[in-house]
Amino acid sequence: MKRIIRIASFLLILSAAASAQNGQDGSLLSLLDEQFSLDRTTNAFKSPRVINTHSMEMLAPGTMDFRILHRFGDVSRGGYELFGLDQASMRLGFDFGITPNLMAGFGRSTSKKETDAFVKYRILWQSKGRRNIPFSLIWVSGMTINGLHDPVGIEGVATTFGRRLGYYHEVIIGRKFSERLTLQLSPTLVHNNIVANILVPNDLFAVGFGGRFKFTKRLALVWDYTYAINRFPANLNYNPLSLGVDIETGGHVFQLHFSNAVGMNERAYITDENGNWLKGQIRFGFNLSRVFQIVKRKI
Amino acid sequence: MSIKHFFAAAIAAITLFVAPAQAQKLFTRDGVVSFDATSANSPEAIKGVNKSGTCVLDKSSGAVEMAVLVKGFLFEKALMQEHFNENYLESSKFPKATFKGKLDNASAVNLDKDGTYKVNATGTLTMHGVTKPVNTPVTFTVKGGKLSAAVNFAVSMADYNIAIPSLVGDKVSKTANISIMANLNPMK
Repeated sequence: MKRIIRIASFLLILSAAASAQNGQDGSLLSLLDEQFSLDRTTNAFKSPRVINTHSMEMLAPGTMDFRILHRFGDVSRGGYELFGLDQASMRLGFDFGITPNLMAGFGRSTSKKETDAFVKYRILWQSKGRRNIPFSLIWVSGMTINGLHDPVGIEGVATTFGRRLGYYHEVIIGRKFSERLTLQLSPTLVHNNIVANILVPNDLFAVGFGGRFKFTKRLALVWDYTYAINRFPANLNYNPLSLGVDIETGGHVFQLHFSNAVGMNERAYITDENGNWLKGQIRFGFNLSRVFQIVKRKI
Repeated sequence: MSIKHFFAAAIAAITLFVAPAQAQKLFTRDGVVSFDATSANSPEAIKGVNKSGTCVLDKSSGAVEMAVLVKGFLFEKALMQEHFNENYLESSKFPKATFKGKLDNASAVNLDKDGTYKVNATGTLTMHGVTKPVNTPVTFTVKGGKLSAAVNFAVSMADYNIAIPSLVGDKVSKTANISIMANLNPMK
């Protein structure tokens, strides 16, 4: 009897050793010596914008993002203006995904009758697996054209096309830390061809901070803040801070938010006259984004 | 368990694990897996295709395993693909879908001879972090010594904890048809 037990246990050990030999977990697939493909991070944000600033997310190639942006008036104006809802300023925009790493877009804002256009390129794509890249790196360059009859507003200075223009360049360093949390940093340079007076810098250097915290699959808290470094001494406008929620309904992404920023392109929301959060000079606003597939993909 | 049974089990374990080590195995790295959850009245096809499914089949024991990366499914519309990954299959949390199982009667068919054979496969499908038993017929076609397999079965989304919001209920079906096409080559 004892001998049988001994033999049996010996055989069991042997079989265990044999199964270990057959692949780490006895799995057939482990025989394939799998070369893990590159796992690229996707869905860091619901859309290519955090609220005002460009996000680390890109549009897929062949898609068009139709964006309708609304900003109402100052909440601090009280009941007579229905807390700002009586006024509205808007921007209509069309963004296009060209390749997985390249997109471009243009838009038109009612504020200053400004038209803007940009190109956005992803230099590094956060990924793991075959290559480990801890963050995404994105370049954005844009241009704005002021469409007012008199964009300069200084007596004796003629309106030329060049004086209508402004530019911005930014680098976005972003990382999706988890399904819930994404953070990004974006050093930005805004250049205005003409400014109000000699004390106002033509070049404004700024750093944007943006992020997202996802509550559920379709609901997230988003925020962005841009700190302009050389506002002093002449451009003492407030830095833009926006706080909102992303709601995804299937086809649309709604962003509802409060912000002290007036403008809806980089030049405008960084350099224009923003309100003071502490005095309640904030505005309710929403961004509506609808993505259309304009080039059908072969599957 | 009596000692005799114990002994028999040990012998069986040895034959199971040692014998296949010499047996011939077949594999693929480019199996085509499609996931179709198009509702009957949907105006658009809710369908994704992945062309890099991996599969290993042990001819002698009939053991079979297949795996596919969820992110590798390509949809006609980019937004659909995004939602498939983020809202339904949650591919960041559950990157792989796998099948582990056995051909029910592997010894009854000779996969070295030209012809078409129907064999039942029984096993478990793991998807969206949920493992459920699956039983499906597999059609093997052998032509000129080359073996290919075709599988078609339906899974209930609810079984795998994949919620379909009522808002998209007229487009996205509660069951998904999964079809697999794989050309299997001998492993060296």
